[in-house]
Amino acid sequence: MKIVDLTVIPADDRTAVAAIAAEAQVNFKDCYQCGKCSAGCPMVQGMDLMPREVIRYLQLGKVQEVLNSKTPWVCAQCGVCTARCPQNVDICATMRAVRHAAKDAGITPVREADVFEDEFIKNVRAHGRSNEQYLAMKYNLRSGHLMQDVDSAPAMFARGMIGIATHNIDSRDEVSALIDRVLQNNGAAKEAPKGGDAS
Amino acid sequence: MSRIGVFICYCGSNIAGTVDVEKVAEVARTLPNVVHAETNKYTCSDPGQAGVKAAIEKYNIDRVVMGTCSPRMHELTWRKLLADTPVNPYMLEVANLREQCSWVHKDKEVGTAKAIDLIKMAVAKVDKLSPLKSTQIPVTKRALVVGGGIAGMQAALDIADAGYQVTVVERETSLGGKMVMLDKTFPTMDCSACICTPKMSEVGSHPNITVKSYAEVESVEGYVGNFDVTIREKAKYIDYNLCTGCGACTTKCPTKVINNFEQGMSARPAIYKMFAQAVPAKPVIDAEHCRKIQENKCGACAKICPTGAIHYDDEDKVTTERYGAIVLTTGYQLIDWKPLYPEYGGGKYPDVITGLQFERLVNASGPTEGHILRPSDGKEPKNVVIIKCVGSRDPHKGVAYCSRACCMYGAKHAHQFLDKVPDGRCFVFYMDVRTPGKGYDEFYMNTLQDGAQYLRGRVSKIYKEGDRLVCLGEDTLTSAQIRIEADMVVLETAMVPAEGVDKLGSMLGVTRDKDLWLTEAHAKLRPVETNTAGVFLAGVAQGPKDIPDTVCQAGAAASKVIGLLNHDHLESNPQISRVNEALCQGDGACVNICPYHAITLVQKQFRENSQKITRTVASVNPGLCQGCGACTVTCRAGAMDLLGYTNESLMREVDALCQW
Repeated sequence: MKIVDLTVIPADDRTAVAAIAAEAQVNFKDCYQCGKCSAGCPMVQGMDLMPREVIRYLQLGKVQEVLNSKTPWVCAQCGVCTARCPQNVDICATMRAVRHAAKDAGITPVREADVFEDEFIKNVRAHGRSNEQYLAMKYNLRSGHLMQDVDSAPAMFARGMIGIATHNIDSRDEVSALIDRVLQNNGAAKEAPKGGDAS
Repeated sequence: MSRIGVFICYCGSNIAGTVDVEKVAEVARTLPNVVHAETNKYTCSDPGQAGVKAAIEKYNIDRVVMGTCSPRMHELTWRKLLADTPVNPYMLEVANLREQCSWVHKDKEVGTAKAIDLIKMAVAKVDKLSPLKSTQIPVTKRALVVGGGIAGMQAALDIADAGYQVTVVERETSLGGKMVMLDKTFPTMDCSACICTPKMSEVGSHPNITVKSYAEVESVEGYVGNFDVTIREKAKYIDYNLCTGCGACTTKCPTKVINNFEQGMSARPAIYKMFAQAVPAKPVIDAEHCRKIQENKCGACAKICPTGAIHYDDEDKVTTERYGAIVLTTGYQLIDWKPLYPEYGGGKYPDVITGLQFERLVNASGPTEGHILRPSDGKEPKNVVIIKCVGSRDPHKGVAYCSRACCMYGAKHAHQFLDKVPDGRCFVFYMDVRTPGKGYDEFYMNTLQDGAQYLRGRVSKIYKEGDRLVCLGEDTLTSAQIRIEADMVVLETAMVPAEGVDKLGSMLGVTRDKDLWLTEAHAKLRPVETNTAGVFLAGVAQGPKDIPDTVCQAGAAASKVIGLLNHDHLESNPQISRVNEALCQGDGACVNICPYHAITLVQKQFRENSQKITRTVASVNPGLCQGCGACTVTCRAGAMDLLGYTNESLMREVDALCQW
């Protein structure tokens, strides 16, 4: 159990919350803590904070609790929470933004999720689309789970579901530029925070 | 020999579905003194009633049993019917064959047997009834309103506008009550004084309204339509006919007394007007603190008064007047939280204040002219903690009920603070947020957008660290213990009944609930009436509520009063208690049990064994008695009898059930 001192919210924490709010385009004051997001979340079993609690800590300005939480990394980005929220709070986008903020701060509470996201983007840049056997190989190497799913490989290979061919598309540069643009937009949003200040 | 007619109703299939109505009638014909029994498909319909009248005439019937629906439904219908016949309307007994028989049974045999029993009992009882006559009670067309807050003012204005004379008795020196102390009113945030003071002056200047300020009800005698009320107007030491309200006297008085209107946050002179817009707009002398009256020194006010209006030898004025109806609008006070919550400092921290103190702090006419400043050092607080449910919903320390208005004025206080101190932060500790009014939840949501940080939990302790107040609470939404260093703490404390209302209630026979709120006659269907005929209630006196609900209730109470005063006479209910003086021992058990104060003990002369003797016997006031029957079961000697429900007639019912 923890003690939370609300007497002063450090300026850094306030800025961090505002940046998350800006990236996610969410006003955390809108949330009235009904818990409908957490009630319908299919991933809660792997989470250490309920999605509702993530928003609650952001309301309280306690950004460290959120940056160190597994929850945003376990989030599958399915969007059920956002679709069902009565106050129109984009919880799904908040999880994304928290993940970015944590990574910027060098915090990756679920290393596998971080590795996978990294390798996935690299993979799409390299091939112009997802190439599953290379993604699986790279992920296994970097995550250290060397033998994960290896037992299914022969059967998949026999059926032609995986192979040596790279299946690269022609306009790989354009896909890569697209990814750059998306990442840049996130950065731009972070620099121009609007609303959602925690205090 | 009585001649009883029995009329049994099918009520379509309502009764006939489970009761063999014809068989019941057949049995009824065999009962003693029954001269006629008949059935009808719908007795309450016009042809049904005509049939009853015809039968009464044809068989020369002198008392009637109606085997129909509940007397709650149609007893009055049958009384009206009998009033058109030679039969006395009270020579009637209704056997409830529907609600208490056919509707609760499925088996026709069982239903029929029970219906027969009910008819037997009714026949046995009606045989022993005697004719009763209601008398006419005159109505004094004036109303008394006790309490000059927003409820009392609204009720007084509504009654006065209908053309009746109204007297408003106010304990304080001015009208206005609690509302006039408030700064703004939720959810519209209109200025409380701006909507309250015009009502005050309207009441003060209404040709049909007399305001008795600085006055209290001392005693009440009489009954509906004719209450003799004794009112004590405390000595004001100022002749209001001469006083111009110039206020020169209040500037010269050297005494300083704690100002209760400002919730103890400033001082006032001993000669004072409660506040600038007070009605009546004239001062009074607080005799307890006046040097002239206490020590025969000073006299500065009399010297400066240009009209010579000040008289130090003034005395209380006691008057008795008659009123037809009384409205109780005695309002509330805030619970004295200090002895109850030592964990909040128990009053030793001046910066732990009540909601009403906050109202005065934020009010432009308050002690700080609307600047929110800490009482301790006059600094502007930056971190403010608001704690709701202090006293409320705390059966161990305070009261069990919810005070209803605090969630909204708590949100209002947060909003006002954040508005006036833009760099301030406001934390609201709550257990629930209850905002069930028009525009209320929207107001709360806006307060969240203003930046108020709501924390779900009660504060456990407040202690001092430096010049700050550390509040320890929980936020149950994160299961975290919360620590906040606050500059000021506002306690939204429970509403409790105004002092003295218990005494006033017993004076009038108006019951109080376990928390001493005045009790309405029926929680749903008679919300502004009391159990005492002619006495009505409105506003927080009945239970915590906000201003809109209070004004609604005041209007409702006024309409009931107008309805009553509209009559020249009232028909009295003749089904009241009667004393058999030969049996009465004068022990007064009935006096104590009577909830309406209708019975008194009197000395009466009797002739016994050819000697004149004086004995103490009970005497029933027919205007006050409501016919509840409590005295009849209390009387050990059996001297009390409820007319229409006499002991003999009830015993006959039991006999009929057991023996016939």
